Formats: sequence, C-alpha cells, structure tokens
Amino acid sequence: MTNFRATAATAALLCFTAFGASTASADGEVNVYTYRETKLIQPLFDAFTKDTGIKVNVVSASSGLEQRMKAEGANSPADVLLTVDLGRLDDAVQAGVTQPIKSVVLDEIVPAQYRDPDGQWAGISMRARVIYASKDRVKQDKITYEELADPKWKGKICIRSGQHIYNNGLFAAYVAKHGEAKAEEWLKGVKANLAQKPSGGDREAARDVAAGKCDIGIGNTYYWALMMNNDPEKKPWAEATKVILPTFEGGGTHVNLSGVLLAKHAPNKANGVKLIEWLAGEKAQKIYADANYEYPIRAGVAVNPTIAGYGKLTADPTPIAKIVANRKAASTLVDKVGFDN
Amino acid sequence: MLVAAPVISIIALAMQPAPDVWQPLIEYVLPRSLLDTALLLGGVGILSLAIGTGTAWAISLHEFRGRQMLLWLVPLPLAIPTYLAAYVYVDLFEPLGLIHKTLALWLPLQDAVRVLPNLRSLPGAIIVIALVLYPYVYLSARTMFQFQSAEFAEAAKTLGAGRWTTFWRISLPMARPALAVGVALVSLETLNDIGASEYLGVRTLTVSVFTTWLNRGSLAGAAQLSCFMLAIVAGLIAIERYGRRNVTTEFSAESPRLTQRTPLTGIKGACAFATCLLPVCLGFLVPLLFLAHQSFKRGLFANFDMALWRDAFNSVAFASIATLTALLLGFATILAWRWRPNGLRYVAMNIAQTGYTLPGLVLALGLLAPVLAIDNGINTLAGWLGQSLPGLIIVGSGAAVIIAYVIRFLAVPTGFIKAGFERIPRDYDDSARAVGAGQTTTMWLIHLPLLRPAMLGAVIVVFVDCLKELPATLLLRPLNVDTLATSIYQYASRGSFEEGALAALLIVAASIGPVAWLTRFSDVPAGPA
Repeated sequence: MTNFRATAATAALLCFTAFGASTASADGEVNVYTYRETKLIQPLFDAFTKDTGIKVNVVSASSGLEQRMKAEGANSPADVLLTVDLGRLDDAVQAGVTQPIKSVVLDEIVPAQYRDPDGQWAGISMRARVIYASKDRVKQDKITYEELADPKWKGKICIRSGQHIYNNGLFAAYVAKHGEAKAEEWLKGVKANLAQKPSGGDREAARDVAAGKCDIGIGNTYYWALMMNNDPEKKPWAEATKVILPTFEGGGTHVNLSGVLLAKHAPNKANGVKLIEWLAGEKAQKIYADANYEYPIRAGVAVNPTIAGYGKLTADPTPIAKIVANRKAASTLVDKVGFDN
Repeated sequence: MLVAAPVISIIALAMQPAPDVWQPLIEYVLPRSLLDTALLLGGVGILSLAIGTGTAWAISLHEFRGRQMLLWLVPLPLAIPTYLAAYVYVDLFEPLGLIHKTLALWLPLQDAVRVLPNLRSLPGAIIVIALVLYPYVYLSARTMFQFQSAEFAEAAKTLGAGRWTTFWRISLPMARPALAVGVALVSLETLNDIGASEYLGVRTLTVSVFTTWLNRGSLAGAAQLSCFMLAIVAGLIAIERYGRRNVTTEFSAESPRLTQRTPLTGIKGACAFATCLLPVCLGFLVPLLFLAHQSFKRGLFANFDMALWRDAFNSVAFASIATLTALLLGFATILAWRWRPNGLRYVAMNIAQTGYTLPGLVLALGLLAPVLAIDNGINTLAGWLGQSLPGLIIVGSGAAVIIAYVIRFLAVPTGFIKAGFERIPRDYDDSARAVGAGQTTTMWLIHLPLLRPAMLGAVIVVFVDCLKELPATLLLRPLNVDTLATSIYQYASRGSFEEGALAALLIVAASIGPVAWLTRFSDVPAGPA
C-alpha cells in the first residue's frame, strides 16, 4: 500500500513539473479562452505574435468557459474571450466576467449594431444563415425566412436541431422581429415542412439536398464555401446546391457574430486590448475572410470571392443586443412546438 | 469527500431559483426526454447484455478453434469512444456515403436513399452505442463464468441438464451480480454520453441538461435537472440491489475447482467463432478500418503532425495518474467496508459511485467551484504572507483534469473490487484470523491475489475511459494543453472529424494495448480435463 502511495505521489509530482504551472502573467504574453477551434485561429495568433512579439496562450472548449472564469475569480489568467456566436457574448456578460473594452480604434471599426451598447463585447466577424437550394428542383432565386413556413415547401426542408446555437440565433431574430406568438406559428409551419427530423449539421443539410432527401437546407455561409473549396469529397454536395441569401420581409439577412470580450481580471490587459484591436485590423480581417470565409466586420476589407458570389449581403438591421435578449424565448418555443421531435 | 465535492457543489447550484425554466421543461421536454432516455437505456442494456453475456459464456466455458484469438479480440470495442463510433457509422450510412453508393449500383440514387436505414434515430443510437459498450458486460461476466466452480455444472449434468439448461439455470443466475455491474456501467456510460446521443439525434436527459444551460443560460436549471438524474440513478441502483438481495455468490469453499471447457468441433465450433467475431467486427474493426482509411486517404500518415505526440503524451499521463489514484481510493473504500462495515462507510462506498452518474460536463462545472476555491485560497494565503502569488496551481497544472477523472471513474474500481470481494468467502478471512494473521496480512496474502483479475479489469476500464473522456477535459485543462480527445473534438466541431482520424486512431491504439494485456492475464487455465 505504501509503495503504491509513493508511486502515485511521485507520479503526481512528475505531472506537476511536466505540465508546469506555466505562463500566468509574464510580460509579452496574452491568454485567450476561446470557443473557436484552435486549428482555425492559430494562424491568426501566429501572425499576431510575428507582428507584435507577444506570445498567445490558448484554451479552447465547447462550453463553460465563462463559468470557469467566474470560478477562477481575481486569479484568472484569462485576458480575452473569443466566442463563436452571439449567445455566448451575453452569457459572459451575465456571468460578470468581463469589463468594457475601452478602445477608440475598435469603436471606429465595428459598426454600433455589432457592439454591446456598454462596450462589453464587440463582433469580430460575421456569417449569414442562408439557404442551400437544389439547383435542379428549386427555381426561385429569392426566398424570405417567413416563406419557409409556406405549405408549398411541405416535406422539402432539411435543418439541424432547433436548439443548435445557429438556429437559436435565427429564431431569436424572428422573435425580435415578429414577437413570440407569430414566431410560434412560424416555427410550427417550418416544422410541418421538414423532410426529416432535425439532425446533423449544416453540411449535412447540403448533402441531403444533393441526395434528393429535401429541396432546401438551412446553413451558414461559410460551410458551403469550405465544402466547395477545401474538401474535394464534399464538393459535390456544394455543387448540387445554390446559395440563396434569404431576407426577412422588409428586412435583411440574419447574421450571427463571432465576438470578443475583455476579461474582468485580465492580468495582461494592455496586451489583451492590443490583440483585440489587431483582430479588427485589416490583416486579421483578411485572414478571417479567406481562411474561414466569413464576412469581415471591417468596412473596406474584401469579402472572399466565393462568398461574394452569393450576392450582396444586406444584413438584418436589428441590433444584435436585441436578438440576444430573445434567445431564451426562442429556445422555449422550439421545445413548445416539438421542433426536434 | 473528494467525490462528494462536485455533488455538493451541484446541489448548491440547484438551490438557486430557476423559476422560468422548469415550467416549460416539465410541459414540453421532460416527458419526451424521460421516455427517450428510458428506451435508450433499456435498449442498450438489453443488447449489450445479450452480446456481452453470450460471448463471455461461449468463450469461458467452451473450447473451439479460434478461441484464443477471440480472447484478444472481443473486448477491443472498449477502445472505441462512443462518439467516434457514432461519427463513423453515420458517415458510412449517410446519404451519398459508402453504403448508399454501393446500393446505388443496383438502384437509382433517390430510391437507394429511401431504403437506407436512418442511424440518426433511437434504434440507430441503441445499436451503435451497444456495439462499443458491450465489453463492460463481457469483462465482468467472463470473470464470473471462469471462476464458477465445477461442481455446480457437474451436479447439473448428473441431473440430466444440457448445456443450455445449465447456462440458464446455473451459470447465469450465479453471474448475476457481475452482470449487474457490467450493465450498470453500460447504462451510466450511456446516460452520460452527450456526443453520441446528440449526434444521433436522441434527446436524452443529458442532452436536455446541456440545452437548458446553453440556450436558456440557466446553470441552476441544468443543475436541478442533474440532481433529478442523480435521483433516478440512485433509484435504479437501489432496485438492482433489492433484486439480488438473497443471492450469494461466494465460492464454494471446499471445492474451488474450475469448470472444464466443453469442446465444440466442426460446424458448432465455426458457428461459435463466427457469432463471437461479429460484434468485434462491427464494434471495432469497422471503425478502425474506417479511421485508418481516412488517415491514409488524407495523407495524415505522411504529413504527421508532431503536435499529436505531445497530445498523446498528455492523454496517457493524465489517464495513468488518474487510474492509479482511482484504484487506490476504490480499494481503500471497499476494504474499509469489508473490515468494519458501518453506516458511515456504507455512505462513503455509495458516494464513491455517484461520480459516474454525473455527466462529464456537469461534473466539471460542479468541480470548478471547490477546486478553484482551494486555488484562490492558496493565493490569498500567499498574498497575506507577503509571498509572490503562485497563480492557479491545481487548474494551471492539469491536476484539476486528473481530479475530475478520478471522481468520474471511481465507481469502476469500486464496483469491480466490490464484486471481486463478494466472491471471496468470509470463511477465508475467518480462517486467516484463526491462524493469527492480521488484517493487513490477510489483505496481502488472500485478498489481493484473489482480487487481481477484478483489479486488472478496473485498471483497464478506467485507463481507457480516461483516454476517451472529453467534456471535463475540455473545460478543465490548462492553457496550451491538448489531449487526443480534445484534438479530435477540434476537428469534429468544424464538421470534418475525418481530419482528426489520426488522433482517433492514436486513442484506439493507446487503448488496444491495455485491453489486450487485460485479456492475456485474465484467462485462467481450464480445470483438468
């Protein structure tokens, strides 16, 4: 027994040294908590380090980072939090783990619609929630979100889970536009038009259209471009479909944001702000646009040609903050109409 | 106490009011997800019980050509994480996937898509999950079948019972506690799984916990749901215990002679071999070949990413330390109960099993508060003493990940060792005491050797489970540290998990070794023919 203990203790010690309680708040570093996959943002961080000499340390997770920051409290090593969607922006603010980003640069670059009124967060890139329509079977070139509930699409729509953050954002925008009662009617209508139980991801929506299971799929702008340009195997899925930028009646296309927040107890606050401003800079925006096919938040940076091929994006003018406020209602409605059942 | 910490923390979270969460949940979500959860658990339980018991019985009590090979092969699906199996099978059966394209050789594409089974469904989830989890039942059942003493079977034979009758009337009832442990592990794994069930479109309670928290921003509501789940699990365990309250499964002390294996020859042997091989093919070989094929096709072998070695090292290091710790704690808990059962220790023993019932993510969330309280406490103390602040030691060093693993998987060694102890008659302890041996001597000379198979089983299961663990690892790992599982997740979250095929292969490879090792040591020689 004692032998076992000794071994375990030694092993534990080894572990401590192996992973070393490293890099908490040294100069020339910045610590990033992110919901974005590191594989995607690493090229950005590498470029940042090259430009500024500041080293970027990263933890990426799928959920719970704001809870971790909250529990870490004043000792939290986090400087910057990157999110993939607008919902998490609000979660972080609600958890009280952020501080206003005071940056004139950022205020100039990011349109007010894509910033928190109190300066707690800012959007860093955009994507639109659009329609992948069958080239053969869909003749229309324009579709409204409202129209998705039209019985003419009965049995023809494929979509991922109604509780997924991307759909949650779209549905919340619908609630913000039309109110809960109308949104419920609409969701019921869309549900009735589904070809199959909501499942898979956005790519699968294109695939199911290609295989003839449905005529239109709902997906984000960049997935289609990724399939078309970066994945020879999935290229046929994209080729069988055309991207239609839908709009709300009398409004624009729903866009979601990946955003950035400054941690409340950021130990390297100056570097954090530097990183945030750099991400909004032309070079980073260009990398965002070309590596992940997102719409740059910064005016004047070219949209990638594939994305530009969808047509001109007119974004829904509803302030993101208002959409965020309707997330909960949208999530409840999805359950209420049994969207995923 | 260690295990209780996150549970208490979750309960504390649940105490916060979450008024507007429950009403819609009860109305729209719970009935459906309770039913789905029950059907999923029932389905996976029955299927894995059938496969696990069947293969264990065939292999332990029969001799046929190819048996040696099966000994190695049958437990191998354990090396495949459920989420990987789900990705692979959906990929194979999806529209425009391999099966569809094969079908399309005979049928028009659009007709072929209609005959394709939809794996993203409850039956699909049951089959996929059971195919990779059945080894839990197999392993515990095998230990039991092997050590069943010969006299029962022989007695049955003299009374004219055939092989099947003996199986149903003797072997099976005697193996019941072990089977219960196996099925309990399978059920808890299933209940905890978020990756596979969410991917396969089954809205279990766990998935509901997740959505409640993420989309409604209500951690309190999610914690309350978790408590509700805990209650259900506690209920299930209680029912199971009640069901076998009168079953004694200790060795017959006079004749610990082992059953001899019945030879099966010719067509019978071939059938036995083929039947046992089938689940291995489906649960292990298919995913393995798929991953290897993807890695090869994408040139992942050629452009080997060196970062993977580092991730692999992290995975193995975290898993090994956690396994050792869990084994020690599990053994200590059960031994304390054996030596002097009392109320407090009974509670301790049961608490040791609760970690497994918490979904990894909920556990990680529950763990954040106590672990970081210690970390922050250390810093406050250091500041107070005028020392420089050490930063977050526990989380920063990765110890938090290990603590999470230990809590999460402590139930495995506890369960295995408890089942192992149940087979050691109290007479042995008494005899040892009669010749003057103390408790410690008894432990070294009698308990430990007899418990070896059970402990080995536990070690392997925990080690492999740790390698596969995802949600807690994601949330609790330090800056710049990745494991193989989190690396696969990075790809999967971009919707192209095939690019993570090599990392997936490495997890499988790292798991094959221990699993095979286990089978080598667990096969006891048959009784004299």
